[in-house]
Amino acid sequence: MAAQDIDIPKLHHPLEIPKLKCGAMADSMPYPASPAHQESVGFPGELLPDWKERALAKMKELGEKNRAFKVYLDACVKCGACTDKCHYFIGTGDPKNMPVARQDLLRSVYRRYFTFAGKYFPSLVGARDLTEEVLNEWYSYYHQCSQCRRCSVYCPFGIDTAEISMAAREIMDVVGKGQKYCNEIIGKVHKIGNNLGLQEKALRATLEGLEEDIEDDNGVSVRIPLDEKGADILLITPSADFFAEPHIEGLIGYAKVFHEAGVSWTVSSYASEAANFGLFIGSYENMQKVALRIRKAAQDLGVKRIIFGECGHAWRVAYSFLNTLAGPWDFLDPKYPVPQHILEFTWGEIQKGTLNIDKSRNDHIRLTYHDSCNVARASGMGDEVGGQFEIPRNVIKAVCNNYFDMAPDTIKEGTLCCGGGGGLLTDELMDLRTKGASPRMKALQDVTEEHGVTHMAAICAICKTQFSKIMPKFGYDMEAILSVHQLVSNALILSGQETEEDAGETAANSDA
Amino acid sequence: MLGAFFAILYYVATLILVIGVGARIRTYVKVPAPLIIPTQPAPKTRNGVFWRMFREVVFFESLFKSNKWTWVFAYAFHMSMWLVVARHLRYLTQPVWGWVEIVQPFGTYAAFTMILGLLGLWGRRIVVERIRYISNPSDHLMLALIVGIAVSGAMMRFVAHTDIVAVKAFFMGLYTFRIGHFPSDPVLIIHVSLVALLMIIFPISKLLHAPGVFFSPTRNQVDNPREKRHLAPWAEKLEG
Repeated sequence: MAAQDIDIPKLHHPLEIPKLKCGAMADSMPYPASPAHQESVGFPGELLPDWKERALAKMKELGEKNRAFKVYLDACVKCGACTDKCHYFIGTGDPKNMPVARQDLLRSVYRRYFTFAGKYFPSLVGARDLTEEVLNEWYSYYHQCSQCRRCSVYCPFGIDTAEISMAAREIMDVVGKGQKYCNEIIGKVHKIGNNLGLQEKALRATLEGLEEDIEDDNGVSVRIPLDEKGADILLITPSADFFAEPHIEGLIGYAKVFHEAGVSWTVSSYASEAANFGLFIGSYENMQKVALRIRKAAQDLGVKRIIFGECGHAWRVAYSFLNTLAGPWDFLDPKYPVPQHILEFTWGEIQKGTLNIDKSRNDHIRLTYHDSCNVARASGMGDEVGGQFEIPRNVIKAVCNNYFDMAPDTIKEGTLCCGGGGGLLTDELMDLRTKGASPRMKALQDVTEEHGVTHMAAICAICKTQFSKIMPKFGYDMEAILSVHQLVSNALILSGQETEEDAGETAANSDA
Repeated sequence: MLGAFFAILYYVATLILVIGVGARIRTYVKVPAPLIIPTQPAPKTRNGVFWRMFREVVFFESLFKSNKWTWVFAYAFHMSMWLVVARHLRYLTQPVWGWVEIVQPFGTYAAFTMILGLLGLWGRRIVVERIRYISNPSDHLMLALIVGIAVSGAMMRFVAHTDIVAVKAFFMGLYTFRIGHFPSDPVLIIHVSLVALLMIIFPISKLLHAPGVFFSPTRNQVDNPREKRHLAPWAEKLEG
C-alpha cells in the first residue's frame, strides 16, 4: 500500500528540529487545474505564452493593493526565528519548508525586478530571474504551506508566510498555473453552492435521512430545516457536515442544540457551504463571490442572524472578512454579532441552563482538543481576547469529564496545523500531509502516554477529514477524531427523551 | 579636502536616508491592507494595539517567544545601539541635552554589549545550519558593516582617542553649511565613512524592518471586524 511507503519521521518531541534534507520534497506537486477548472474561477486555462510578464505585472499590482505583501517582502532580516516553526519543515526537513525560505522563493524574484539592490547586485542579496524552473518551484513549495500562520506568531515583524503563499498562488492562477483541488471546488461553489456539488434535491434527502436517524436514536423528532423562509437563524456549515464522519455527528449536535434552545433555524441550499477556498488561492474576487451567496441567502430567506458551523478557515473568512466582503449586515438583527459561531451559541445556551446535560455519557472518552489553526491564529470568538481558545474548552468541559490539554507550545496560539489545511487536503499530497501531521500526532501520543487520552476533538472540517485519514497511521482509530458538537450531542438529553434511568424507573414503578 | 569630502558625503547620505525612508514609509501608508489579518489573539482596541506594538519594539516579544538565544543577542545589540546612538547626540548638539549627559556612561560601555550581540548573531548565522541556509552575502556584509562601525568607534573611545572636539566642530558646522577641518585620523575616517554607507543603504536594504514593523498588519490591526466594516479603497470600487 502506498501509505506504507511514506517514511513517517520519528520525533522525540513534537517540535524536534530536523537536520536539513535539501530537496527532500522537491517532487511534491498537487495535480494542476484543467482548463475547465481554471476558467470556472476566471483564470486562463493554461500557462500563457507571456506568463512571465503577466506574473511580474501581478506582483507589482499586489504590491500596490496589499500592504502585508509589500511590507513583508521588504522587512525580513533573515534572523531565523521562524525557521523551526513550520510543521512541514519539522516533518520533512526540507529547508525550503522553513517559512523564511518559502518566502524567499518569491522574495528573490521581487528583489530582482522591484528593488535597487536586486536589479544591480542580484547575487549579493539573493535575487534571481523569474524562469519556468522558478515557477515550478513555486508550484511545489507554495502548495506545501497550509497557511496556518504559526510562523507569524514568532516573527519579530509579524511576517505571515500565509500572505506570501496566497499571493504566490494568485500569481500562478493569473498566468494559468492553478491547482486542481482548490479551483475545481471553487468552481462548484460558484455553480451549485457547495464544495461537493450537492444539488438541492440531494441535500434535502440527506437532511431528511438525518432527521430520521435522530428520531430513531433518541425517540424525539428534531428537525434540520432546509430553505425555510422566515426562520430566525441561517446556519452556514461546511458541506462535509452533510455526509462525512465525524462531521455529520457535529451537525446532529447543532440540530439538537437549536431544538433544545427552541429557536427557528434553517440551512440554505443556495449557500450550502461555509468553506471558502477563495482564501487559499488568495483571490479576493473569488472569496467575495462565494461570500455574497451567503448574503443573498440571508436576504432571500429573511433571517435575523447567521451562525457558522464547525469549520476553521470558514470561520476565519466569516469572523474576519465577511463584513468586508459581503457587508454591511444592517438588515439583520443588531442584537447579535454577524456572524456568530455555533460554539458561541451553544456556550450561551449552556450558561443560560437551557440544555439538559449528562456529562457521564462521555465518560468512555478521554479527550484532548486540537486548536484549528485558522480559529486559533486568524479569528476570534466571543467578546474576550482569546475567546477562540476558551469557548471551545468551556463547552467541552461542560459536556465531558475527562479533558487534558496537549503540550503548551503545541496548542492555542502555538497550535500545530493538522497538515491538511490551506487547500492541501487532496490525495496526491498524502506524503506531505502525513509528514506535516507528525508534530501534532507526536503531541497527541504524548498525552495518550501520560493521561491515557483516547480521542481528540476539533472544530474544523478539514482537520476532521485529515485526522480521520492520518490518525490510523499513528496508531489511532479513525473514529478517534471527534466534532466538538458530537460530544455535545452525546451528552445532551432532549426534552421528552426517555433515558436509561427513566426506563429503569418506569420498570421499577411497574414492578411496585 | 577631507572636510569637503565628508561634508558632501554627509549631506548626500542624509538626503538619501531621509528621502529614501520617507518614500518607503509613504508607500507603506498608501498601500491599503484590504483585510483584517492580525495574528490572533489580538487586541480589540487601538489602545491594546499600541501596547502590543510597544511590547514588540521595546521587548521584542515575538522573538522572545521564538528563540531565546537569538533574542539575547538581538536585544543586546539593538538596545546597546540605541544607547550608543543617544550618546552620539552629544557631538551633534550644543549645549548637550541633559538626558544625553545621563546616558553618556551607559552609552560608552554599551559598545561592548553591542559588539557581543552582533558577534552572537553573526555566530548563529555561521554555526546554525538553518540560519546559514537562509543567509545571503548581504546578510553577512550588513553584520560586517555594523561590527566595523562599532569596533572603530570603540577603538576611538577606549584605545586611541581621536580629536573629538574637532569632529564635533566639523559636524556642528554642517548645520550652517560651514565646511570645517576634518581630522585625518584613519580610524575616524573608517568609522565616519561606514556610518555614511549605512545611512545610504538603509532605504534599499533589510534595515527597512525598522519602519516596516509599524506597518505590519498582523501586529498593528485592531481585532474588531464584526463590529466595524473595513474596506480598502480599491475594494470599495468593486462594490459598484
